[in-house]
Amino acid sequence: MLDVVWLIPAFPLVGFVLLLLLGRRLGEPGAGVVAAMAVLGAFVVTVGSFFDLLSMDEHHRSHVVTLFEWVPVSSLQVDMALLADPLSITMALFVTGIGFLIHLFAIGYMHGDPKFPKFFLYLNLFVLSMLMLVLGENLLVTFLGWEGVGACSYFLISFWHTRDSAATAGKKAFVTNRIGDWGVMLAMFLGFQAVGSVSYSALNGAAESGSLASSTATGIALLLFVGAMGKSAQFPLYLWLPDAMEGPTPVSALIHAATMVTAGVFLMTRMNPMLAAAADWAPQIVAWVGAVTALFAATIAVAQTDIKKVLAYSTVSQLGYMFLAVGSGAFVAAIFHMVTHAFFKALMFLGSGSVIHGMHHEQDMRRMGALRKVMPITAGTFIIGWLAIAGVPPFAGFWSKDEILLFTLARSPVLYVIGLVTAVLTAYYMTRQVIMVFFGEARWNDHAEEHGAHGEFKPHESPAIMLFPLVVLSVLSVLGGIIQLPSFGIIPKDLRHRLEDWLHPVVAPGEAVISGTSAYDAKAWLALLAIACALFGIVVAVLVYSRKRLKAIEPALLADGWRYDAVVSAFMGGPGRRAFDAIAWFDANVVDGAVNGVAGLVRSTSGAVRRVQTGNMRNYAGIVGIGVVLMLLWFVVVRGVW
Amino acid sequence: MLFLGPEVDWFALSPYLTMVGGALMLMVVGALTSRWPRGLTAWTTVAVTAASAVLALLAWNDIGDSGPTTLVGGAMAHDRFALFVALGMLGATALVALITDGELRGGENDGPEIYALLLTAATGAMVMAAANELIVMFLGLETLSLALYVLAASDRRRSGSQESGMKYFVLGGFASAFFLYGIALLYGGTRSTSISEIVERFQTTVAADRNDALVLAGVALLLVGLAFKVSAVPFHVWSPDVYQGAPSNVTAFMASVGKAAAFAAMLRVLVVALPFHRDDWRPAIWVLAVASLVIGSVLAVVQTDVKRMLAYSSVSHAGFILVGIEAAGHRAGEADAGSGVQAVLVYLVLYGVLVVGSFGVATVVARGNDGDTSLSAFAGLATRRPTLAVAMTVFLLAQAGVPLTSGFVAKWGVIQEAVAERSYAIAIIAMLAAVIGAFLYLRIMVSVWLQPSPDGATTERVPALTGFAIGIAALVTVAIGVWPDWLLSVSESVSAYAR
Repeated sequence: MLDVVWLIPAFPLVGFVLLLLLGRRLGEPGAGVVAAMAVLGAFVVTVGSFFDLLSMDEHHRSHVVTLFEWVPVSSLQVDMALLADPLSITMALFVTGIGFLIHLFAIGYMHGDPKFPKFFLYLNLFVLSMLMLVLGENLLVTFLGWEGVGACSYFLISFWHTRDSAATAGKKAFVTNRIGDWGVMLAMFLGFQAVGSVSYSALNGAAESGSLASSTATGIALLLFVGAMGKSAQFPLYLWLPDAMEGPTPVSALIHAATMVTAGVFLMTRMNPMLAAAADWAPQIVAWVGAVTALFAATIAVAQTDIKKVLAYSTVSQLGYMFLAVGSGAFVAAIFHMVTHAFFKALMFLGSGSVIHGMHHEQDMRRMGALRKVMPITAGTFIIGWLAIAGVPPFAGFWSKDEILLFTLARSPVLYVIGLVTAVLTAYYMTRQVIMVFFGEARWNDHAEEHGAHGEFKPHESPAIMLFPLVVLSVLSVLGGIIQLPSFGIIPKDLRHRLEDWLHPVVAPGEAVISGTSAYDAKAWLALLAIACALFGIVVAVLVYSRKRLKAIEPALLADGWRYDAVVSAFMGGPGRRAFDAIAWFDANVVDGAVNGVAGLVRSTSGAVRRVQTGNMRNYAGIVGIGVVLMLLWFVVVRGVW
Repeated sequence: MLFLGPEVDWFALSPYLTMVGGALMLMVVGALTSRWPRGLTAWTTVAVTAASAVLALLAWNDIGDSGPTTLVGGAMAHDRFALFVALGMLGATALVALITDGELRGGENDGPEIYALLLTAATGAMVMAAANELIVMFLGLETLSLALYVLAASDRRRSGSQESGMKYFVLGGFASAFFLYGIALLYGGTRSTSISEIVERFQTTVAADRNDALVLAGVALLLVGLAFKVSAVPFHVWSPDVYQGAPSNVTAFMASVGKAAAFAAMLRVLVVALPFHRDDWRPAIWVLAVASLVIGSVLAVVQTDVKRMLAYSSVSHAGFILVGIEAAGHRAGEADAGSGVQAVLVYLVLYGVLVVGSFGVATVVARGNDGDTSLSAFAGLATRRPTLAVAMTVFLLAQAGVPLTSGFVAKWGVIQEAVAERSYAIAIIAMLAAVIGAFLYLRIMVSVWLQPSPDGATTERVPALTGFAIGIAALVTVAIGVWPDWLLSVSESVSAYAR
């Protein structure tokens, strides 16, 4: 199947075109079925390619399919080419696999929406872009997909654009992501300038062979990381992701949990030789940004009351873990955690979607409670997701998180402690969420009136088409760890490190070697410590929220996300603007308006600018005249006389 | 004293003569015959440009055999640089003619005059790009400008159009005066207005004294005149008002052909005639480029009228093109001069097509909404005219420089040149401007795709010829984005100038 690897993106492309032409005629559920089938087709081809690659010798597991020579002119050689190798196929597997499940879920979730076909149009376009991103053979093809997923994300966040908050959130996502895109573009030009190509093999080859100056490699790696920070919502660019939850829940699950936000981790892994060739402090920056993000977001998640906001901050936090892994040279662990996270986070987002659906679009957890009785399947699957993310063995999340922590300890004990504290917090806030939503007493009757359900308001279990994906994902969340089991005594030899062997050809240059370190020797104890931390977090949360033995600590400061959002907005509007000189005002103009929607400020700023453009011809001639004087000054005085 | 007329190679001049002849024919025949059938004037104009293009292609081939030469006693250059730009401008003119038909149909201007003016303006533009003599360049500039002043004011019913024509006329005259004075000063410093002779003087005599204030002041004023025409900041002030006020088809012409002519002339003056002063003019270009990039992108974002947005975005595009000229300035005049000039010309041709398409969509929307081109007039276009919305999206994506569109090829070219010449700062600023600019294009796209049609909005009527032109422009935009190689390889021979 490797020669037809182009079929993988072709399926969603066909789906997209069909929906574009016939969307309205297909209607509901036809449009959803077409979209889901397109993704399923891509999944089947991906599975085929996976087995093809698996049957090959490790050194030959890299297959390039050139669709056409895009820009074959003298110095600039860029092909429209796809690369099938262990990394890209791994990514494609879970993008299409989970993508298919989420499409199914969305058929149920979007039932009755007037823009039903349009939703699936965007969804297919997203899958197409995401596949181009992961399958690209060079930075440019990846960038094409990178831009595409950004645009789809924007469109889908503001899908319900009649809500003001949705439109603002979409803009915020767009602006923050553009900052990241800028980094990727610069990295691309720098790489092209240094190596003469933008293909991964050439760039990574140059980095591995040492022909690339360390400073250049550092520059490329860090610029790519800027891009990754934007796309993968790392501190300080994470602002957009929690707001992105304004989009429909299947979008949150697909784009803002499982796939798109992991693109940054993917890119760093793809370019791991570059990071290895960079100066020592470059990976350290990555690790620290990851660790700080993980901890920071986890503390915020502790005090959220919106069911999706908790999951959003949790996603930011888990992405922080992945970057912590990347910075520690644990690329396999990063991908491992990416996969398991995709399983359990997609599961929980869909679960929350099911809850929201059943609660008639109520998202406040304080108005839920005891839902396990009316929504048993949703509750059961959600609980599995909770155990997985909390790090309880043998669920998937435990294995991947444990591996990351192991590599982190080998690099720095401080980072390890941050990771461990984050693990405790993760277990704590997830337990809090499960208790508030599914256990305790039912609080939804108190607010029945607000939902327009007069007299009787009863949450209901979701239809089968929404439950099926939940069940499949929960199975994966239980068993997902099997792809990369550590080498503990009781685990059979041939089940160990499967993912590592599979990814080895891609990550070998950058992967840290930790066998022989003291951390590696103590790995069994470390695993026990991690389990203890997870249980500690769970027990505390149970004491607080179920038994009410302890008082809940939910300071407003945390609920407001450390007031970071507000501070950014205030800074952009207040002292920052006064401090920035005349050239920087545009920054405030764009960033401010978009990041916070402080419409008034924008109006006054742009008003001041517009005044320059008064329509008065005398003024225009005056400006031209000033230009003439400056021009003459430069040429005659500066260049001529001096 | 015996006066000998210069030898004239009529065949080499035929592309220009065809255009002039076509304009005259339209006027004369149009005046003598009764009303022409629908669309015939537009198609005749297209036929004239096509004939001119065929002749230009033949000339292109000839140059391949015999090399670049000069014409009419050294007044005009006969080289691929001129022909490449001319072909791009001819294509844009033909598209504008098609859009014009939909714009004029049934109005009081329906007749051959506007088309004749378009052809005349295009001739002036082609002459500017081919001038090997500064006075000839000025003639071309004035031919182009005078025709444009009239065209800008041609929609007599609308006061906006009159205002636009008036503003353009007064400020344009102001700029032309600087240009002419610049020529005079340069003549004072080099004793010639011929580019061939200026280059020769530099190589022999003037080279000894590079700091001739007369020459430098001349360069400064020439640059002012051209910067005005390309609407580079701070000489851009006229363009938002004029672009907004003028009929959209005329704006399309200004932004494509007018801009290409001025940039081609700028390359002639700076890179061909004055490479000896490259260290003097390059920093000035740098400043113009950066100012245009930043101011153009930022002010574009805060506009509410789509035509004004496109005007500011055109300022920002001018900044990108200036980035290419700055790059070309690093090694101008050397044997291995780099490929900055190619990148600039490719940008000009591709942007010309793009911008005609964009304004073409604006004409349709404006006609359907009583001349309103504000962002709200575009709201819900996708539900009323999905195909038009797709075309607009293609143009906007291309303007933003998204891969697989011609805009990407253009932007990549100039930024790559800047990086290759180690002008990192300007490359970074250009990319920053692209980032900001993307927000603008997104705003329009959101309006088109996501917002609902206002109540009682009527579905725009798309005139057949306008639709055709927009379709061609969109097709070219995508096709060049996917297969840019032939255009890029064709452009490789443009830097063999005649002088």
